Amino acid sequence: MISFGSDTSYRKQSVVNRRMFILSTAKILVFGGIVAKLFSLQINQNKKYLTLSDKNRLREWKLPPIRGDFKDFYGNTIAGNLQVYQLHVIPEQVENFNNLIVRVKDILDLDQKTLNKIIKKKNSQKPWETLIVSENLSWDQFVKINFYLHELSGVKPVLSVARSYPYNENYTHLLGYVAQASNSDILNNEEIKKKHVPGLRVGKIGLERSLENELIGMNGVQRYEVNAYGKRINQIDHIEGQKGRSIKLTVDTKIQQKCNDLLKDKAGSICVMDIFTGEIIAMHSSPSFDPNLFLYGISYENWENIRSNPKKPLINRSITGLYPPGSTIKPIVALSALENNIISTKFKVNCTGKIEMYGQTYNCWKKKGHGVVNLREALKVSCDTFFYEMSRRLGVDRLNETAKKFGLGDKVFKDVFNEEKVGLVPSTEWKKNSLGRSWVLGETLITGIGQGYIQTTPLQLCLMTAQLANGGFKINPKIVVNKDDPNLEKIKSKMSENLEKIIQGPDFDDALLDLKFAPSNKDTLFKPLFRNQENVKFVLDAMFASTNEIRGTSYSSRISDKKYQFAGKTGTSQVKRITEAERELDLDISQIPYEDRDHALYIAFGPYKNPRYALSIVIEHGGSGGSTAAPVAKKLFKLIIDRHEEREKINLNKNNLQT
Amino acid sequence: MFQDTALSGQITFFQKLRSLDYILLFCILILGLVSSLSMYSTEGGEILYHTKSHVIRFLIFFLMMLIFSFVNLKFWHSTGYLFYFTVLCLLIWASLYGIKASGSQRWVDLYFINLQPSELMKVAIIMCFAKFYHRTQIHVVNSFKNLIIPIVVLILPILLVVSQPDLGTSILIGLSGLTVLWLSGVNAKYFIYSSLILFISLPFVISFLKPYQKLRILTFFNPDRDPLGAGYQIIQSKIAVGSGGLSGKGFLKGTQSYLDFLPEKHTDFIFTLFSEEHGFIGSVLLLLLYAIIIYRTAKIGASARSFFGKLFCYGYASSIFIFVTVNMSMVLGLLPIVGSPLPIMSYGGSSMLATMIGFSVVMSTKIYQKQIIA
Repeated sequence: MISFGSDTSYRKQSVVNRRMFILSTAKILVFGGIVAKLFSLQINQNKKYLTLSDKNRLREWKLPPIRGDFKDFYGNTIAGNLQVYQLHVIPEQVENFNNLIVRVKDILDLDQKTLNKIIKKKNSQKPWETLIVSENLSWDQFVKINFYLHELSGVKPVLSVARSYPYNENYTHLLGYVAQASNSDILNNEEIKKKHVPGLRVGKIGLERSLENELIGMNGVQRYEVNAYGKRINQIDHIEGQKGRSIKLTVDTKIQQKCNDLLKDKAGSICVMDIFTGEIIAMHSSPSFDPNLFLYGISYENWENIRSNPKKPLINRSITGLYPPGSTIKPIVALSALENNIISTKFKVNCTGKIEMYGQTYNCWKKKGHGVVNLREALKVSCDTFFYEMSRRLGVDRLNETAKKFGLGDKVFKDVFNEEKVGLVPSTEWKKNSLGRSWVLGETLITGIGQGYIQTTPLQLCLMTAQLANGGFKINPKIVVNKDDPNLEKIKSKMSENLEKIIQGPDFDDALLDLKFAPSNKDTLFKPLFRNQENVKFVLDAMFASTNEIRGTSYSSRISDKKYQFAGKTGTSQVKRITEAERELDLDISQIPYEDRDHALYIAFGPYKNPRYALSIVIEHGGSGGSTAAPVAKKLFKLIIDRHEEREKINLNKNNLQT
Repeated sequence: MFQDTALSGQITFFQKLRSLDYILLFCILILGLVSSLSMYSTEGGEILYHTKSHVIRFLIFFLMMLIFSFVNLKFWHSTGYLFYFTVLCLLIWASLYGIKASGSQRWVDLYFINLQPSELMKVAIIMCFAKFYHRTQIHVVNSFKNLIIPIVVLILPILLVVSQPDLGTSILIGLSGLTVLWLSGVNAKYFIYSSLILFISLPFVISFLKPYQKLRILTFFNPDRDPLGAGYQIIQSKIAVGSGGLSGKGFLKGTQSYLDFLPEKHTDFIFTLFSEEHGFIGSVLLLLLYAIIIYRTAKIGASARSFFGKLFCYGYASSIFIFVTVNMSMVLGLLPIVGSPLPIMSYGGSSMLATMIGFSVVMSTKIYQKQIIA
């Protein structure tokens, strides 16, 4: 048994040993395979997996960027940031959110509506994103929350910043306002998309919107290590954000505030501009509203108040209000006629109060008529009859050319305000193209007194006045101070240089060709807009007469002190066609319904000797320009001139700094 | 024969002590230390429940293994079938009255320990086959009777474990058993035929799988199919291993692990954690440690005179190899995810117990290597 057993036992042993040997070889190969896989993962693809691992464990929290300030010309902050107390909660760090929020509601004394809003907001965002429970706690609330903080785990009282507009309604239309970024804000602006955090305020309108990308600043970043459930474990990194650029504007708060006061309870606009540098000194649209109301979501009552106000505070009249310029167009009509040699300055018309042309009666504003008037007199007394006759000879297309050259019918700021309106200066071609009818000669006559199709914004009128007042040179209106801008001396020398070119030019017509540059072409800056500067001077003199000579339409608003003396032109533009019967009635302004009253306009520049500033005033349904708009200019002009010295000081400092 | 027995009976205690395989013991101890440290790391550098119970279990079962090593190999031989049947009964008990946890019924409550009999079956099946083939003559190994009995013996526990359900363990039991069958001389053609049949019937087998098991197989072929769901484990595991690099992130610094991105880090994915913290070098060293253990075990088998001891050692060495390979391949994305612990490294009492029982038989074979069993 033993021998037999040992034989089979031997065979058994050899089989098992042989098979174990084969198996061992296979094992070595398999272990080799595992080592190869380890090598491929840990050595070859180490970088890839390290990145993936970091992606797993690191999460960044963007902090809201701090918005840049707006400053006026004197460095006063007109839109800044206020420290506010906020209450933040990170929902995932709270054990029972519903209990917590009810407790917070009791402590802060919030109403049910606010609570529902918070819960809605919480459900719309990721659990690790900061939930802003309250954006603007009062000091009392802040103290109270801190007192109870030990029982409110997950709640964080934070000192944050919020936009504030210290001058309330004064700069509303100019600056615009900020509010929580909407989806379309995020989609339409890459910069906002990149920097968006929940609760980010972005500019909705005005400069806040158009300068968004400069104001917005850089996000701070907090990098945390998080676990698989998104809970923050520890802070790895903190990168400070960068405040957005502070933007200095050319505006003067004192003047802006005065404009606001002068237009109180009226609907209208005042624009003031430096006639050489094109700097906007003030631009106000009335009625206005307090932009601070929009910061934390405007309340329903406040919104209703603004929205349902018949004078429409939301409209920025200075750049989007379109008004027939009325008689304020007359200086341009006169200039156009002179430039095109249609009439001479000695041309006279006998005004009888009305003129029959093309089978229709055209009335002068003065029923009795002005008698025999020449051009200077016609501008001074704003004689409509004279201008009917002159425009008839001039023709609408030549008027169109001059008006456009001086800034009507085009955006004053190319891309600063996207709501800015173009306005309209009609021409025969325009009518054919857009209305499909040919021009009627009668329309030329009413265009000549600034009625009919023609529509201008108050800012366009201001630019037109400024470009007349500086002797007829093209300027570039601006609202943001740019230290690379040429200073006054440079502008003046450039102007005189261009003027000489015109006078000494080899050929008068060549000089004219120069003027046909595209309006957007920067080379046209400071180029003369006239053919003969004497014509401009004549018009300016007539405007002086209109304000400072007896029987002038704004004579009663004159300032005789040479320092403040200004020249201007009134305008009264009809809102609707006046019937013959109404004309006979000669109603007093208070007897006409508000919506049917005429718009009162006034354009002016001053001081008459060495002019520096131009302004335009529009008062909607204000009655006549002479009685309503011109007195406003008188009140404003004194301040403008008084502020001039202050402004020069700043300019001087700036120039010194440059040299 | 009696003389032989008498001879072996004369081995003194010191002789036995001297003949222990100290390299193997040392390797097991090192592995125990490494596993305890890894467990410590899974708990973020604190000695908490898992670390404590893992260390205690290791020490108790290691001591038990040392004591059992001195038991005569004949005892193991004589209890081979009994052991198998006991474990089989426990399996039946588990499927009838077992403790249910996370969707499966694997554990038996023995009052002092919650035992997972399927883990013990991994050793019991080898012991049973070793005894069976110890008696079977080589020329009748491939006879019908001698083929059908081992197949039934193997299939019974597999079916019981599959029904728990525990696919991973049943596969491991099956692979261990088949390896022993092959080692003991079963004709290679049977393996070829049966694997062909298995391959053909694979679609049917898959149709019997639970939905989550099917998902795992689909995920294996494309982990990015559902990166936050079924593919999550394997993706996170590969990230952990891959980000370890050459020398690892350092002890207690495995971010994937302590930030809870790693699933099952105490048990099946313990190697992932180790690999993340100790990198390629550490992983290869760990693999080397296992290789030495496997080699020493096989070497003991090679020098054993009794066929029972030899076959058990060969079988056990191969099964450790299989467990290590399946576990590592799984966490490295080479195989679908099936539950399979890494011997000694993974947390789990039953697995530790089974592993240590196996080593006591191996050690006993070493001490009684010259003994011949009838």
